[in-house]
Amino acid sequence: MSEQNRQAVARYHNDFLKEVENHVEDGEWVKMCMQCGVCAGSCPLGNAWEHTPQKLFMMIRAGKRDEVLTTDSMWMCTSCYNCIVRCPRKLPITHIMHGLAHYAHRLGMAPKGQPTREVARLFWNNLAKTGRVNELKFSLAMYFKDGFMQGIRNALAMKGIGIGLMKAKRLNPMEILGGHKCKDKDGFRKMIAKAREIEDRGNKHAP
Amino acid sequence: MSKKQYAFYPGCSSQKGASASNFATSIDVMCEKLGIQLNEIPDWNCCGASIGYGEGGLLPRLAISARNLALAEQNLPGQDMVSGCPACWLSTRETAEKLHESDSLLAETNEALKEAGLNLKGTVKARHIVEVLVEDVGFAGMKAPVVKPLEGMKIAGYIGCQTNRPFGIHGESFENPLYLDRMIEAVGAEAIASYDQKVTCCGGALAFSEPDKSQKQIRDIVESAYDHGAEMIVTPCQLCQANVEIYQSEINKKQGTQLAMPVVYYSQLMSVAYGGNAKQAGLDGHVIQPRKLQEIAGK
Repeated sequence: MSEQNRQAVARYHNDFLKEVENHVEDGEWVKMCMQCGVCAGSCPLGNAWEHTPQKLFMMIRAGKRDEVLTTDSMWMCTSCYNCIVRCPRKLPITHIMHGLAHYAHRLGMAPKGQPTREVARLFWNNLAKTGRVNELKFSLAMYFKDGFMQGIRNALAMKGIGIGLMKAKRLNPMEILGGHKCKDKDGFRKMIAKAREIEDRGNKHAP
Repeated sequence: MSKKQYAFYPGCSSQKGASASNFATSIDVMCEKLGIQLNEIPDWNCCGASIGYGEGGLLPRLAISARNLALAEQNLPGQDMVSGCPACWLSTRETAEKLHESDSLLAETNEALKEAGLNLKGTVKARHIVEVLVEDVGFAGMKAPVVKPLEGMKIAGYIGCQTNRPFGIHGESFENPLYLDRMIEAVGAEAIASYDQKVTCCGGALAFSEPDKSQKQIRDIVESAYDHGAEMIVTPCQLCQANVEIYQSEINKKQGTQLAMPVVYYSQLMSVAYGGNAKQAGLDGHVIQPRKLQEIAGK
């Protein structure tokens, strides 16, 4: 159990709703759900969710902390915002799902190796380096996330697509040498570090 | 006629050699003919896109979008910030609205921005290029420069998610927005009004992490276009364009289909209709060739 997780358990005991309200983006909205199920029925990947948003909201209120934080459900969100625009109570459901996923990730409780969690981590680390996404390095990092041999297999399987994009000048092999970046990438990095530090000392996201 | 001035936020995918570089090419002719001047925001950064939430918390995400807003505010005062990419627009507009509503979040964000030598007052409005076209130029304005109407072309207007939700274009419905069809008609083509996958999700960033689930969405989007007699799909979204075009060959390989539906941007239609050649319209940037559009551009 991570230290952060231990502190959260000690502080909130069984009041998981309170914990979510204090630490999850837009968590204060969870109590407003009236269990109509429109979100569950509107999600393009709805049948892939172990627990739909509707169910997650009730589980949070029922104190099912481990079940909520360890499920891969929130990682099925494609950020299509269908649930947000259809929710009759106007809950910012997409943001709450992102917030829950992020909180579970920060506590070290999100499922290990969950593909969307991995892609999200690689994407952020990619952009945080230079201020701009390097699509070539991001693609390669995704192929090789499960080890070198698997990476070679993945790259070969996607070879046709890669070559097609290079021909269309939409993937540049020279990006491996550095590629696009912010001039003030140092300031950009310091800014992100500061934002994280403020967040860790504040109310949201850090127990 | 003096041009309308906007602070332009291109976004990572629109850079040279990146996945939507042909979109970036195609808007030049469109903007020139419509009297739109896009002034690139100096040293802009990535918005975090829709997948940034996993590792980046709320405040780091607010900070990176706030940096772009602050750079626009400082360097291009008085200009609306305009993005061609729905993810860029969504992240930036969400940030602008969140910081407008909360003084404490604005103060914390500015504390982080100080590390990059910046400060945000919060005066900049974050808009999408489509908003500029619909609201500032208008459909008649989009029609005026047409010299090569795309007559006889049947096109499925595929808006996708983030251009449409949660903000969308003012006055349009989330379930059946009509502006893209009207833009298609403005350049002389036929929009398929009954295309039923107009606002379906292509899987977004999950095209990378959950390919089978995403490719199921893409297959529906493409097959419905075929079923309705479309010759091509037109979209305002960079990720939709890439996902829906690029993965058709994967779906064919795995599922024995024969999908080969071209997917282009509205700006490419406009560039061709306004007299741009194939290169100017970015038509050399496709994996599935939009032949009919290339033919019209070559005439």
